[in-house]
Amino acid sequence: MTKIKTQYNRRSFLKISAAAGGGMLIGFNWLLACKPEVKDEVLAIPNEWFEINGYIKIGDTGLVTVYSPNPEIGQNVRTSMPMIVAEELDVDWKNVVVEQAPLNIGFYNNQFAGGSQSIRRGWDALRMAGATGRRMLLEAAAKEWQVSVEDLTVAEGIIKEKNGERTIGYGDIASKAVGIEVPEEIELKDIKDFKIIGHSKKNVDGLKIVTGKSEFGLDFKREGMKLAMIEHAPAFGMKIKSFNEEEIKSMPGVSDAFVIDTSIDDSGNSDRQGYYQHIAIVGDSTWQLMKAKKALKANWEVFSELENSETHMARMEEVLASNKVEINRKDGDPGAAFGKAAKVIERTYSSPFLAHNTMEPMNFFAHVTDDSVELIGPTQSPRGLENAVSRLIDLPIENIDVNMTRIGGGFGRRLYADFGIEAAAISKKIGAPVKLIYTREDDMTKGVYRPAYLSTYKAGLDENNNLIAFSVKGTGLPSPAVFQNRFPAGTVENYQAASKRSDTNITTGAWRAPRSHFAAAAEQSFLDEVAELAGKDPIEFRLELFDRAIKKPVGEKNDYDAERYAGVLKLVKEKSNWGVSESGVHRGVAAYFCHNSYVAEVVDVVMVDNQPKVKKVWCAVDCGIVVNPDAAINMIQGGVIDGIGHAMYSQLTFENGAPVQNNFDRYQLIRHSQAPEEIEVFFVENDIAPTGLGEPGLPPAVGALANALYQATGQRYYHQPFISSQKVLG
Amino acid sequence: MALFNLKINNKSFSVEADPDSPILWVLRDQLNLMGTKYGCGIGQCGACTIHVDGNAFRSCMLQVSQASGMNITTIEGLSEEGDHPVQKAWLEHDVPQCGYCQSGQIMSAAALLKHTPNPTDEDIDGAMHGNICRCGTYTRIKQAIKTASKI
Repeated sequence: MTKIKTQYNRRSFLKISAAAGGGMLIGFNWLLACKPEVKDEVLAIPNEWFEINGYIKIGDTGLVTVYSPNPEIGQNVRTSMPMIVAEELDVDWKNVVVEQAPLNIGFYNNQFAGGSQSIRRGWDALRMAGATGRRMLLEAAAKEWQVSVEDLTVAEGIIKEKNGERTIGYGDIASKAVGIEVPEEIELKDIKDFKIIGHSKKNVDGLKIVTGKSEFGLDFKREGMKLAMIEHAPAFGMKIKSFNEEEIKSMPGVSDAFVIDTSIDDSGNSDRQGYYQHIAIVGDSTWQLMKAKKALKANWEVFSELENSETHMARMEEVLASNKVEINRKDGDPGAAFGKAAKVIERTYSSPFLAHNTMEPMNFFAHVTDDSVELIGPTQSPRGLENAVSRLIDLPIENIDVNMTRIGGGFGRRLYADFGIEAAAISKKIGAPVKLIYTREDDMTKGVYRPAYLSTYKAGLDENNNLIAFSVKGTGLPSPAVFQNRFPAGTVENYQAASKRSDTNITTGAWRAPRSHFAAAAEQSFLDEVAELAGKDPIEFRLELFDRAIKKPVGEKNDYDAERYAGVLKLVKEKSNWGVSESGVHRGVAAYFCHNSYVAEVVDVVMVDNQPKVKKVWCAVDCGIVVNPDAAINMIQGGVIDGIGHAMYSQLTFENGAPVQNNFDRYQLIRHSQAPEEIEVFFVENDIAPTGLGEPGLPPAVGALANALYQATGQRYYHQPFISSQKVLG
Repeated sequence: MALFNLKINNKSFSVEADPDSPILWVLRDQLNLMGTKYGCGIGQCGACTIHVDGNAFRSCMLQVSQASGMNITTIEGLSEEGDHPVQKAWLEHDVPQCGYCQSGQIMSAAALLKHTPNPTDEDIDGAMHGNICRCGTYTRIKQAIKTASKI
């Protein structure tokens, strides 16, 4: 039986009130439940945990409305998270509707600063809210009937007397439950009793999407709203000097044109910007703004180096060769172990910059007045945006409201606030509401890119082909992709991980499975080659290593569970019939742990007209309890396709500081015919609290692909993209 | 600016627009038909796919001045209740993730099935090649098209 506290230091995580129009309203902190990871060692309960921004309304008709403030970027949280609430509340899923709630509702209290180690795990917030509602509704019914709660049962929103005839629906008792005292501690359901969690539910927004009615940021309109576009400098390292302002202003449909400055003192993580000055053009028609952009004649000046892809690679190679790398972890004596190894293998891997290329280009609505800012649009980081705009406009955070629309893809790009800051700057200048729209070219050339990476791996085997030494040395532009405590750390006596940043003025940031996608590709390709050198099956070779980590781990900081890691490998081995060869099918395997989930994948490649084609991908996933299985499968399938696509085809290169690819004619994304024909997904069944799925499916796909390509072509693939650009057909 | 008479989703509209304006922006900015999405503006991503006289067409590549007299259908006009076989199949397979590209995918798929009621994998790959999905829903889209062909 799991029990959970609903308060801390007599301060409640929940707020119960009467719902307008009858019924009960349960408020709680929804965003807490969205946090991918709540570490047990966190010492202070952040104040925001007490902010109420998620609501459950139990209406007097029995209809349950879940108000989710959570942005939907395609990971289906608007379905799966309400499922968790409905499960604990014990209602029929048919009677649940999900509505979007704004971010800033509820109360703030800045005095609180507590300290505790008893912190709930992420999904507990949703379970708590649902379970508390259920308990209070039961107590209200017990009070009404003058019986004890133990005399009652509930199923699908109907409360029944165990030894009697009486029944009452949630809707009929909800208003009375408002007066019940919130229990200090609440019992959660046994996992074996789950009726909704673990049973696939369709996307609650499905019909809206397939009929074109979903409102994305780009679709937002408001009476009196202006449209705006910006032009940034053509290259990183350049800035605006002047432009043909009068000519642009006189163009049809253009109401204003000016330069905005979006530099912010003391800028934070989410407001990193490649360019701080932009030409802004304001009008009423998107097309006329696009034409005005084309008519721009601007003078730009160079203020820092204009970088090139060739010098990028040379710069990273120089950093790795310089011996200035910092050692992040060292076990045993790697130098001596390599010296006495019977076989030593060293390989270097690289990957280029990548753009996010969300299908919906960046955009945001802003309305700035003397004492308020309203921001509406697609953001993955409403708080980061709020903070940045507060500093730009010099208004307190309380005067800034952010509302989120559905998001046409995030992949990390919308964690950054640049487009929202620019919209606010334009609105302030014109004194009117405005929607800023990026063209695809703006979106692709003004990115917060996935960094470029270069890493060298080295392994030493003894005369019995046991791995006795392992090292990794990595750099990136700017940050390296080295995780010193991840596998194979902990499985090798002599181990070293080292890294060093390389300088660049290209703006970079998080991109789906940040750093993990590259680390997984490189490490898992390398281990394939080490296994081959050792004359061992690649799965057996890895399982041997996990066996070491299970029985006698090296070091104490290893950040994975070796049994769960080995578990997904065993599952994928079984499901894919690994070891049984099929004529013309070439297989590769990889496993990776990131974002708290374990995924192993087998990729089957066939050769069609001398070109490799991915036929099937087998995935074994351990993400704890699977809330919404079909949606979970969809996420993993998407990650696999995204991983294979980018590794095979995509890259962003630079010439004189400017991205060479600026639209989908030159930047290749994977297309229908290149996607795997089939992707089968299997889950490990356990009772562990659920972990993320948007990212972990991607990284192992790249390694498994590289290993399958080797089997198919006899060539090892060290440098992404694996296949140089092909002609793209429109 | 000039006046153009358009036939969209079996209704007549008169709009004033620059003759070279892609029909995409007339639909979105002026007629509030927001289901047709902007993705690239150069006919490479398929997010803006509409039907022109029954054929899939990238609305970012069709100038309003060329559209007079043509029968244009957008995602809003594909069915009354969201019950076109392709839409039904999309729901059955729970295809969308972020959902942004799906109007265009559905319009391309519907045009394919109109001309090729029982498409092979190669037919599907060919007809859908111009529709990009960054979330990676391609495998489900192919399954949904096969399901739709049987509805």
